[in-house]
This record gives sequence, C-alpha cells and structure tokens, in this order.
Amino acid sequence: MPRSMPELAEFVATERLVKPSHEQDSQSHTMVLNMGPQHPSTHGVLRVVVEIDGETVVKLVTDIGYLHTGIEKNCEAKFYQQVVPMTDRIDYLCPMTNNLAYCLAVEKLLQLEIPPRGQWMRVLMNELTRLQSHLVWLGTHAMDIGALTVFLYCFREREELLRLFEAIAGQRMMTSYFRVGGLALEPPLDFFPRVRALLKRMPEKIDEYQNLLTGNPIWVNRLKGVGHLTAEQAIALGVTGPPLRASGVDWDLRRDMPYSGYENFQFRVPTSTDGDVWARYWVRLEEMRESVKIATQALDGMPEGPIQADAPKVVLPDREKMKTEMEALIYHFKIVTEGFTVPAGEVYQAVESPRGEMGYYVVSDGTAKPYRVHMRNPSFATLQALPAMCEGRLLADVVAVIGSIDIVLGEIDR
Amino acid sequence: MNGYFAMATGLAERVDQIFVTFDHWAVTNTPEPLRWLVSILLIVVPILAVFPGLFALTTVLERKGLGRIQNRYGPNRVGPYGLLQPIADAVKSLTKEDVVPRTADGVVHYLAPLVIVSTAFLAYAVLPVGRNMIAVHLDAGLLFFFAIGSATELAVFMAGWSSRNKYSLLGAMRAIAQMISYEVPLILSSIAVIMIAGTLSPEKIVLEQAQYTGIFPHWYVFTPWGFAGFLLFMTAAAAETNRSPFDLPEGESEIIAGYFVEYSGFKFALFFLAEYLEIFAVSGLGITLFLGGWSAPLSFLAVIPSWIWFFAKLLVMIGVFIWVRGTMPRLRMDQLMNFAWKFMLPMALIDMVCAGVWRFLPGGALWVVLRWLICAAIIVVPYVALARGLEQGRKIEQRVYRYAEEG
Repeated sequence: MPRSMPELAEFVATERLVKPSHEQDSQSHTMVLNMGPQHPSTHGVLRVVVEIDGETVVKLVTDIGYLHTGIEKNCEAKFYQQVVPMTDRIDYLCPMTNNLAYCLAVEKLLQLEIPPRGQWMRVLMNELTRLQSHLVWLGTHAMDIGALTVFLYCFREREELLRLFEAIAGQRMMTSYFRVGGLALEPPLDFFPRVRALLKRMPEKIDEYQNLLTGNPIWVNRLKGVGHLTAEQAIALGVTGPPLRASGVDWDLRRDMPYSGYENFQFRVPTSTDGDVWARYWVRLEEMRESVKIATQALDGMPEGPIQADAPKVVLPDREKMKTEMEALIYHFKIVTEGFTVPAGEVYQAVESPRGEMGYYVVSDGTAKPYRVHMRNPSFATLQALPAMCEGRLLADVVAVIGSIDIVLGEIDR
Repeated sequence: MNGYFAMATGLAERVDQIFVTFDHWAVTNTPEPLRWLVSILLIVVPILAVFPGLFALTTVLERKGLGRIQNRYGPNRVGPYGLLQPIADAVKSLTKEDVVPRTADGVVHYLAPLVIVSTAFLAYAVLPVGRNMIAVHLDAGLLFFFAIGSATELAVFMAGWSSRNKYSLLGAMRAIAQMISYEVPLILSSIAVIMIAGTLSPEKIVLEQAQYTGIFPHWYVFTPWGFAGFLLFMTAAAAETNRSPFDLPEGESEIIAGYFVEYSGFKFALFFLAEYLEIFAVSGLGITLFLGGWSAPLSFLAVIPSWIWFFAKLLVMIGVFIWVRGTMPRLRMDQLMNFAWKFMLPMALIDMVCAGVWRFLPGGALWVVLRWLICAAIIVVPYVALARGLEQGRKIEQRVYRYAEEG
C-alpha cells in the first residue's frame, strides 16, 4: 500500500486498482477500495483509497487535486480589486469569510482604517456566513449517517440566509460583498428586520435539529468514541477550528487575535476534551448558538456612518458624485482601468472561518497587481488528519469522520 | 328489525366472500379438462396483479410521505397529485439501457433479479389476505414462508458476487451477515405464537385470533408476550428487508447502493420490486401472527370485508416503515450485529418462556390479572436488566464540556 502521493500514483498505474479483483494477489487478505472522486459522501471530489480487511480500514490515503482551479496563480494576473470575486470561489460555503481575509490583508498593506459601521457589518455578515456553513455541515453530516430529514430542515434555514445574501449582494453564494476599503453597498431597508426575525427563530431551530439527532441512540452510538484525535496530534497536523477545539485546544482567532472589531463582542468559545466525532458535532452546534449571539449583538449595536474608508484612490466613488464632481470621475476611471497601487511589502492575515484558520498571505511589489497571493486553508490541513482518525476503524466510520471534519474541496485544491 | 339485521349480515358475508364465490363459480363453469389451469390462474394472477400494484402505490406514498416529513412536496407532476408517477417510472426503467459490466459473470448476473423476484412472490402463497382467501392451504405454511424468505439471501449474494464490483461485494457481505443474524430472532419471536396457537398454519393462527370477548378481539398483540413478540418481529423484519435504520447493505453514503450497484434499467426495477414485495410479505406475516390477520379490530366492525381489514393493516405498517425511514439514522455493522445477538436473541428466548408460562397458568377470574402481571414481569425485568448491561458495556459516560472565558 502506498504511503505518499508519488507512490500512490505509481500504485494506481501499475498495481491492483487497475486489475479486476479476481486477478489480484490471492494471498492477501485485504482489498483496496476506491472511494471517490465520485462518491456521495466525500463532499465534493475527494478521492480516498482505503485498504480494507473485511470492513476494517487498514490504511487510508487521500488523493486531492480534482478541483484544482489555479486561483492562486490567477490572482497574480488581476488587479487587487479583481481578486475579490475569486476568493468567493475558494471556499464556496463561506464566501464572505474569504472576502474578509483577503480585504483585511490588503487593507493592512494600504494601512486603511475601516469605519465602525463597515466593521460591524462585516462581523454580522461573517457570523451569518458561519451559520450558513454550519447548517450545510450539519445537514450533510446527518445525511452521511443516514438521517435524511435533518438535511432538508437545515436547508430550510439556509435558504432564508441565502435570500438575505441575495438581498444584500445580488448573489446567493458568490457574494463578493466585501471590498478592499469597506463594503460594496449599503444593505437594503428591510434587511435588518429580516435578519432580526431569522436570528430570533434560529435558537429554536437549532433545538429542533438537536431533538432529531442528539437524543437518538443510533446517532449517539455512531458518533461517540469514533475518530479520536488528541490535542498533540491535532496541533502537529495543523488542524484548526472546531476539530481543534473539540480536541481540547482552546484557540479561536476571533477572541485570541481579534480582527475587524471582534474585540467588541461578547461570546463564548465551546471546547471539549474528547476529540471524537461527537465532540466536533457538539462544538459546532454550540458555535451556531454563539454565532446567533454575536450577530444579534452586531445588529443591536450597529453604528451609523459610512461603510467605506475615506480613501478615494482605493474605494470607488459614489455614483452621484461621479456625475457632479470631476475628481470623482477621474478616480473612478483610474481605479477601474489601472487599479490602485499597493505599497511594497508582505502581509499575513488570518481569520476564523467556519472550518478553522483561514489565512491570506499577500506579497506586493508596489504595482496594481499582487505579486503573490497564497491561501492557508483550514480544510487542507484538517484533511491530513483523516488517516490518523480512520485507520483501524470500520468503513462506515470513515464516512462519519469525513462528515465531521467538514472539508470543502474548493479550498483544498484552490 | 331482526330481519334487516340478518339481511345486512348476509350482505356483508357475501361482499366478504365475493372473490371466493367468483373463484368457485369460474372453476365450476369451465370444462373439466381445463379446470386445473383455471383454478391455478385464478390464484396466481390476482397475486401477480395486486401486490405489484400495491408496490406502485407504495412508491408514491413513500416519496410523498417522506416529502411531507422533510418539508417538501414529493412527486406532484405526473397525473393528479403525482399518482401516475409509478407509470412514468416503469416506462423509464423499461426503456433504459441495460448495462452489464464487462467482467461480470453474465449468467449469474442475469439470474439474480429473477431469483429474488420469484422467491418474493412465492412467499404470498401462504399468506391469508381474507377469510378463506389463501393461495395454498399448507399445514406447515409458516415453515414454507421462512424457507422461501431465506432463499432471497441466495439471490442477494448472486447479485453481489457476479457484478465484480467491490462495493456490491461489500453490500452482499453485509446483507448476508445481516439477514442470517436477523432471521434467528424473526423465527424465534414467531415460535411464541406457534406455541400458543398450536399450529403452523397461518389460516388457523388467524382463526384463533378472530374470536371476541365482548367487542374486543383475541389478538396476540394484546398479551405481554405477544406485544414483545410483535415488536421483536417487526424490528427483525425491518432488518430482514433492509429497511431503515437497518439499510446497511444499501447504505448509499457508504457503499453507494450495495449489491445492486451494477444493475440498471429493468433489472434494477426488479430488485426494487422484490424489496417492496418482501416488505409487504413480512408485514403481512406480522399482521397474521400478531394483529389478527384479516379479522376486524372490534367485533361489530366485522361487517367490513375481511380483505379490506388486511390491506388496511398492511397500509398502516407501510406507513410506519416510511415514518421510521424519515426519522432514523443508520446503524453501523458491528452495532447491528451486537443488537441482533446480544439483545434481540435473548429477548426472543425470554419471550418464548413467557408464552409458555402464559399457556400453563390457570385462567380463573383472579388469575386473569395475575397472569398478566406475571408475564409482563417476565418480559420487562430482563428487558431493563439487558438494556442496562449493554449500556454499561458501551461505556457512554456523561460528558462535561466547558466554555472558554468570555472574550
């Protein structure tokens, strides 16, 4: 059985995977099973090659790259503001978190100060995105375990969230709502009441999902004690986010390295020392409740004022001003045709995405296009921990574990 | 007044026996040399028509029922309320390309769906669907039913093995392990009924239950051993027919579709049909053994024909299966096996003991209550002890979670 990616490639080309099962070595007791890239529970196009003895997993190798889009390289050919829509497509379940990480990184280079309303709106939208992402996770995780109904219940609330995104940005998923220097638009008039109504409903709905799952002995038995990951293992493998907190490491960037005004919000960070699938389930459910609280605080204390920084060379001017002021028209023309230059330097900005530490490393050479944009994606690191969690367990547990680490292949392959 | 009553019961009797009467009339009115053929056809054709028809209805009911449970509509485009959906499905599966994998064992691959459907149909031979309405009068009908039921395992393994697909092989292995394990509690829980009724004939078991005290029937489900036996039987039946939460052989999130992953077109439809036929058959047997078969739930409701009662009960059972599917997650293989051998089997054995005690306790006025209490205790005490013991074995301790300091 191969141990690394080059070995796997050779193995696939020459060895057992291409031979029909009856021509394989009859002495071996194990069977190589290929899960994916087209498999219902690998959450996209992940390929997992498992060596199984009966139903017990002896060895597990992941194979990624089926969704490679070359976004990192593409970023080098775009103006700074043109990169924003590409970040949406990295982790398509939390587009605004990606937007935020990128914008914060570029703003750090530009030394821009975002006005309070812009910051609070960013926090609000980020927490709604987290809710949305966790709803998808809960639904698909439950469906992998066989509870079909929860999936559609989760998508009922997600639908309302997506409608809110559409109302605010014109797009349901690829929002590109955050821009370098602030936000794209003021939210529409009925936006805040709709968010408030949804947030009021949300705790009750989370209770509903819990009623369907937490008390169910089958669900409990499928999750408890499965896919253990110790704190040391988690840190060594670079695991971040809910899986890390479920392994007992109390680390949340929103609290420990605050950005975009998170230091103004009161919230708790749920942790657990068990490190199994159940702990990850529980940690994420509690995070959803905390997200509701943060979003409610953001709504209650939403300051008045501009949503964009006062930086005419970076932020597109108001449409009305463009029609009346010469200056605004010139700035608009210049930003759109030749972009804005960013002082030379490099910066790393990390935010807490629903999946963990989402970091953007931006290098500028002083021109209008980034010299290099690299993303540090949580799923990529978390996926490394999959063999450690699955080996020695049953095939059905692999599905439960993949569901519990909540990977998005878009951000793994980039 | 009495005259009207007699007329009404006479009419009810006639409606009840309408199919039996027609059968007699048709056979006696055919020429002697053809009688054997007509009498066989009159038994086989209704079974071949009614139960696949019920299957078509159930696919719609299931999809619509699941849809309602899951906050969506379900099929509603084809015909009124989507009722013609099964016809569209049938046309689709008939016209689809039938793909057979290159490395598959052609003959076995071809035979497997035929074997599974024919064994599924054979089980209906001994199922009484109404008063005097049974295809074959077998004294050892139950034995025949279980023997035929086991034959489906063969077809499942034929399908899984001949496809030369690792997923279908895994599915077949799971299916065999599961079906063999759950056949034991299935048969053991019906032994209690056989002990009390003293017969292996499904007809006579129903007749035993079709008596009334006042207006209440003597269904076995209303006794402690019968109630426990019914629950055990239906749980084992769900596992035997691969229904949720025991749908591991098909577990679409793990092994995609299990043993019939390499079947397409009409062969796939045959597997689907066979699966539902098995559900109806085993639910029908559950009704026969514990729910009084075709007998009415209250004595004065006997004016409604017996076959209506049978199918009404069957629809309720199907509804419960759909409901469970909409609610439950899936078990894991080892948990499934543990449940069969560590819980279902001991409970089925205890249930047999309970039925024996019930049979030999005297039936005096005082004893009616006492007998009930004793038998209930025989079931409940081991149940609680067993459940406790298994929980401890699994070591699920109460966990403590903490929140980091407020930020």
